[in-house]
Amino acid sequence: MPVIDLMSGFVGELRRAGLPVSLTENLDAMEAVKVIPIEDREAFKYALGATLVKNSSHWRVFETIFEVYFSLRGSQYNIVDPSEEQADEFWRDEQDQAQLGQGEGRGAGGGGLEALTPEELANMLMRALMQGDQAMMRALARQSVARFAGMEPGRPVGGTYYLYRTLRNLDLDNMLAKLMEAGKASSQRETTSLEQRLAKDEYEMRIEQFKKEVEAEIRRRLVADRGAEAMAKTLRKPLPEDVEFMHASREEMQSLKKALFPLTRKLAARLARKRRHGRKGPLDFRNTVRHSLSYGGVPAEPKFKYPRPAKPELMVVADISGSVAAFARFTLMLVYAIQSQFSKVRSFVFIDGIDEVTKHFRATEDIQEAIHKVNTEADVVWVDGHSDYGHAFEVFWERYGKDINPKTTVLLLGDARNNYHASQSWVVKEMRKHARHVYWLNPEPRSYWNTGDSIVGEYGGHTDGVYECRNLRQLEGFVEKLV
Amino acid sequence: MTNAFASVAQVRDGLKKINYLADDGIAGVVYLAQRLGKPVLIEGPAGTGKTQLAKSVAELTGARLIRLQCYEGLDESKALYEWNYKKQLLRIQADKASDSWSEVHDDIFSNEFLLTRPLLEAISAPDPVVLLIDEVDRVEVETEALLLEVLSEYQVSIPELGTITAKQIPMVFLTSNNTRELSEALKRRCLYLHVDYPDMEREKEIVLAKVPDISANLADQIARIVRSIRQLDLKKAPSVSETLDWARTLILLGVDHIDAEQAKETLHVLLKYQTDIAKAAKELSVDE
Repeated sequence: MPVIDLMSGFVGELRRAGLPVSLTENLDAMEAVKVIPIEDREAFKYALGATLVKNSSHWRVFETIFEVYFSLRGSQYNIVDPSEEQADEFWRDEQDQAQLGQGEGRGAGGGGLEALTPEELANMLMRALMQGDQAMMRALARQSVARFAGMEPGRPVGGTYYLYRTLRNLDLDNMLAKLMEAGKASSQRETTSLEQRLAKDEYEMRIEQFKKEVEAEIRRRLVADRGAEAMAKTLRKPLPEDVEFMHASREEMQSLKKALFPLTRKLAARLARKRRHGRKGPLDFRNTVRHSLSYGGVPAEPKFKYPRPAKPELMVVADISGSVAAFARFTLMLVYAIQSQFSKVRSFVFIDGIDEVTKHFRATEDIQEAIHKVNTEADVVWVDGHSDYGHAFEVFWERYGKDINPKTTVLLLGDARNNYHASQSWVVKEMRKHARHVYWLNPEPRSYWNTGDSIVGEYGGHTDGVYECRNLRQLEGFVEKLV
Repeated sequence: MTNAFASVAQVRDGLKKINYLADDGIAGVVYLAQRLGKPVLIEGPAGTGKTQLAKSVAELTGARLIRLQCYEGLDESKALYEWNYKKQLLRIQADKASDSWSEVHDDIFSNEFLLTRPLLEAISAPDPVVLLIDEVDRVEVETEALLLEVLSEYQVSIPELGTITAKQIPMVFLTSNNTRELSEALKRRCLYLHVDYPDMEREKEIVLAKVPDISANLADQIARIVRSIRQLDLKKAPSVSETLDWARTLILLGVDHIDAEQAKETLHVLLKYQTDIAKAAKELSVDE
């Protein structure tokens, strides 16, 4: 296939995955491709990356799609792979030489690996991991996929299934412990705890790398079977800012957490800037006269008052039961990360009972730790640990209602799935009477609202607005509006 | 440009010779930037050698480095050009009697009265230059627009003089610490390069190259420990420059093999937050 057709398919897939690729960027990529030959796959990847991807958090998505579209092209695709991309050149040279040696060996006795028993294979893998032998690891990854994944052409199963099958057969979970044992046995003297710790990190990284090899191999085979377009479609994953809180996998949670921190920094910088660069206010007479002295009494330089909008006080009331817990956690993290933008932040969590958790955030600088404390120490269960918004709100009003004043903004977080308890929506109505604003953030898609036991409409009618907050992008947008 | 690169490998080797250890991505983008004549936008955490890359490329190509440090409130008189107002005034006063108005008018808006600022200077330079626009995320969104004409057309329009076009296309590097999202218009005109913390092997090479008298063994240990620390959930992960500081500290203390105790005592060189230091110290001395 000519490169240009391949490229347009590739760029189309990037766009479908949500990356904003403009026409000029596409043209730049075409220019770049002219300069850098497709055979140098690593350089080719970076050339495309530099022209098409302008946000580092999109790199992972780009990489996956690149793998799918270009993994079968380029003569030496088996030499380079994602886990190696930042390898230093010296090291790489050595690798390539090792690879060459390996390649010859394998070429001659191609059946060598296939003839091994599973035990021998496991031993070889362990040795390869032990020594960090890249070429061997790659060969073993290929061999294990061929042997254990049980891939059949045309079978409508996702890559994760094959990955699971392969890894289960290799028993990688126990590999780390075995490696540590072997490492200890082979060293002559007593190892210190620091050394052990470092060795453990090293082995963990190598195992992770091996898993990536296996994954890449499975992907290569799937692409060969089904074609790049179909494969890209099944692999399509949302960008970090579009991952839904309520359905995030553990891995996605991890990447969400990583994305949150730079996001809060950006948000804080932007908000602070906005505050400072507000529109000019009325003439500051005193200041103008003072400055006129340097012009001999002529008010040549008028001075204006800058409006200083009061920082809002914030009360966050969050449902932390089951499915919405992740959402509450992210919102609390975000709010506390930019707490300098508020004059005061208080937070409350509830399931069917309610508890104030402000002190946990005050006690430590580490937000993660505070969240952990909230999860373990807050007293939020009243009867049975099923969400009861009505009771929680009632108690909230009783205990803290008097603290709500016209400067306060109240944020209510939850899906309003009340398990058919009494709603007590008068509390929200009262809140709105006393507070500056009351907002409700709902992590469910709008189409699910008011279905089943969700009574968000009943509460929502008494608030200043109900917002759908399914992902980081929406949450960020809301917080910016709030300040 | 006279010193054009022939291949990616050449860029990498050239940079290596002047002690900048580039990985494939960095070398590839630098090569591409020169071939396509496009600016490079470098993003990444602080202290990973973004600014250094521009300096090193300048050194490698034998070009002069022109640097524009961005800050809030940067405007066109600081970035592009400014009329030398005082000199213009003197010119008018010097021969009040002789010249007619139109002559004076033409005269005071000529090159002689123009103060060039970094962007215009880079454009009008006759010799090869590398333009470094540092920390571009610090300027306001509106000010970014000043850069657009320079970055895409390599020209500057001055109403009184006309358009000044570049005699040769300079290499342009923009760095950003990612404190805010840059505008689409700016990103579109640039090649994008994300410089992250180096992996262990590269970090070791960097330590070996930059710290004199360090043993390979110690450099290896340092790189390993730093990698482990970066995996922790910290407020601020140690940057490459902090790794180098740490390596120098250990050399000064005469350490050639780090144990947990020494690591703990010198952690404050590597980490700048008390909570981070406590966390790392705890992690490094686990399972006693």
